[in-house]
Amino acid sequence: MAFVARRLLYLVPVLIAVSVLTFVIASLLPGDLAYVILGDQATPENVAALRHDMGLDQPIWLRYFGWLGHILQGDFGRSFRTGQTVLQAMSERVPVSFELMILAELLGLAIGVPLAIACAAKSGSAFDRFMTGSAFAMLSVPSFLSAILLIYLFAVELRWLPATGYVPFSEDPLANLRFMVLPALTLALAEWPGIMRVLRSDMIAALQEDYIALAKAKGLKPSRILFVHALKPSSLTLVTITGINIGRLIGGAVIVETIFALPGIGRLLVGAIYNRDLIILQGVVLLVAAGFVIMNFIVDMLYAVLDPRIRHGHA
Amino acid sequence: MSSGVLLSVEDVVVDLPTPRGNLRAVDHVDLAVGAGRTLGIVGESGCGKTMLSRAILQLLPRKARPSGRVMFDGQDLLRLPAEKLRRLRGRSLAVVFQDPMTSLNPVLTIGTQLIETIREHLELDLAEARQRGVDLLAAVGIPAPEQRLEQYPHQLSGGMRQRVAIAIALSCEPKLLIADEPTTALDVTIQAQILDLLAREQRRRHMAMIIITHDLGVVAGRTDEVAVMYAGRVVERAPTSALFKQMRMPYTEALLAALPKLDAAPHTPLPAISGRPPDPTRPLKGCSFAPRCRYAAGRCNTEKPSLSRAETPGHLYACFHPIETGAGAVA
Repeated sequence: MAFVARRLLYLVPVLIAVSVLTFVIASLLPGDLAYVILGDQATPENVAALRHDMGLDQPIWLRYFGWLGHILQGDFGRSFRTGQTVLQAMSERVPVSFELMILAELLGLAIGVPLAIACAAKSGSAFDRFMTGSAFAMLSVPSFLSAILLIYLFAVELRWLPATGYVPFSEDPLANLRFMVLPALTLALAEWPGIMRVLRSDMIAALQEDYIALAKAKGLKPSRILFVHALKPSSLTLVTITGINIGRLIGGAVIVETIFALPGIGRLLVGAIYNRDLIILQGVVLLVAAGFVIMNFIVDMLYAVLDPRIRHGHA
Repeated sequence: MSSGVLLSVEDVVVDLPTPRGNLRAVDHVDLAVGAGRTLGIVGESGCGKTMLSRAILQLLPRKARPSGRVMFDGQDLLRLPAEKLRRLRGRSLAVVFQDPMTSLNPVLTIGTQLIETIREHLELDLAEARQRGVDLLAAVGIPAPEQRLEQYPHQLSGGMRQRVAIAIALSCEPKLLIADEPTTALDVTIQAQILDLLAREQRRRHMAMIIITHDLGVVAGRTDEVAVMYAGRVVERAPTSALFKQMRMPYTEALLAALPKLDAAPHTPLPAISGRPPDPTRPLKGCSFAPRCRYAAGRCNTEKPSLSRAETPGHLYACFHPIETGAGAVA
């Protein structure tokens, strides 16, 4: 428990740094918010008045603390265009991106992990060389290309799945999944090569260890040696890259959401940038960054579950 | 050979293909261990003793090419189907490796690693297997065995881990235990304890044991027979008492001389064996020890001496210029 508390304490300075960076970067973006709101025809007096009303004439650190103060009270600000608050906008978009992330990761793991185990068990074989080569090839296929190929195959030719669109899960779970399959698969196709390569090389290393020789000498079944004695100590890096993948997808998948017309966080961010909707941008980036940090915290906790030496502070 | 032979290694050769050519790690080795007996295999690093033990256990590197026969309990281990071999390993053929820091799985509890072995080979339910695990840990001298079952290897000292490894090896009452440098990675103070533990459990369980070591001091008084290996070959083999009374092979003598002695005067230089073992990918025509041997002359460099009988029964050595009987071991 002390371990968890210590790790939680580390989160505080990280989150503060994240908020400072988010705020400073958004403030450094070219284009004064007042001009954006008032448009080209604004007089300098109007702009000055609005800047004063919005507090933009104050020094940046004062504005930061003002912003942080509101956030700590749960007020992330609202869009000057739609009037929607950041939290409202997020709550509409998060379920879409979250579902996409979960499905993509599950698919990626479902493809990558069994292949990695099979390759490690037969390392150097023709199968291993073929799969390692394929993974390398897949790694260099950009997701817009695989998205288009998948749409062509499953939506245009086979007509099994819709090409674009979205229905909330709560309205029609089956239709929702049909819309989600292709985007999730597109992302998974980019995820599995990394998963497979990392786990494969870790397992090959683990299979060289003395404890595997002893496990064989104990007469254990090959499946137990592979799945218990080799897989568990090899899964730390797997957890790391899965965590990083998930963290990255928390911010939405901009390209995939755009191609498949999914109303996720990625499209919210892109829209906010196009419209210079800095309040939304700031708030969303902060929340996404916080999500990333918390995901890393969960990964740290998983390390401890997997490796007792970390749990006991030996490593 | 007598009917009591449990393991017989017959003309075993292990070749390892390397980028520099074929490496003959084990070169036509013959050995035998009787039921309940102890054999010591002695030699410096690289002499092939570990490769030989791996050949017996069928744990050779994938690219290794073994030949010959390893008869264990009437079956040739080199030709045994994988599933039959699996049922034998851990059940009647057990091993303790050199380094207990790496031979136990770091992410599984002691209990898991002990009980999985018991459950694999014996028809016991979980509670019975657990009780057997507790008894085994107690038998190998681990205090508070119940609690230890829940602990991970890193929570135990090196000596304790080696005791756990021994408990795992003993868990299914094997007929033969191979201890590959079981004390090399341990503190000197712990070494004797572990060797005594092995000897005690061996007597109690009437199992045969092979102790592999680079230290002649380890096999003295603890084994029935000793085989000295050099450059992949057995160069001298004798009942332990006969060997220490009268070693014939100059290499054995040099090994013994290289042991530090408690009664030596301070700052006495240790008589190390000069030079290094021959490159195993470039076999010598003559005796492999000849380049380092102070007795070497004439045909030592052109002809390989075969293992021949000495006057003492059971004593074999491979040397053209054996140390004269009556001269006594040079210490």
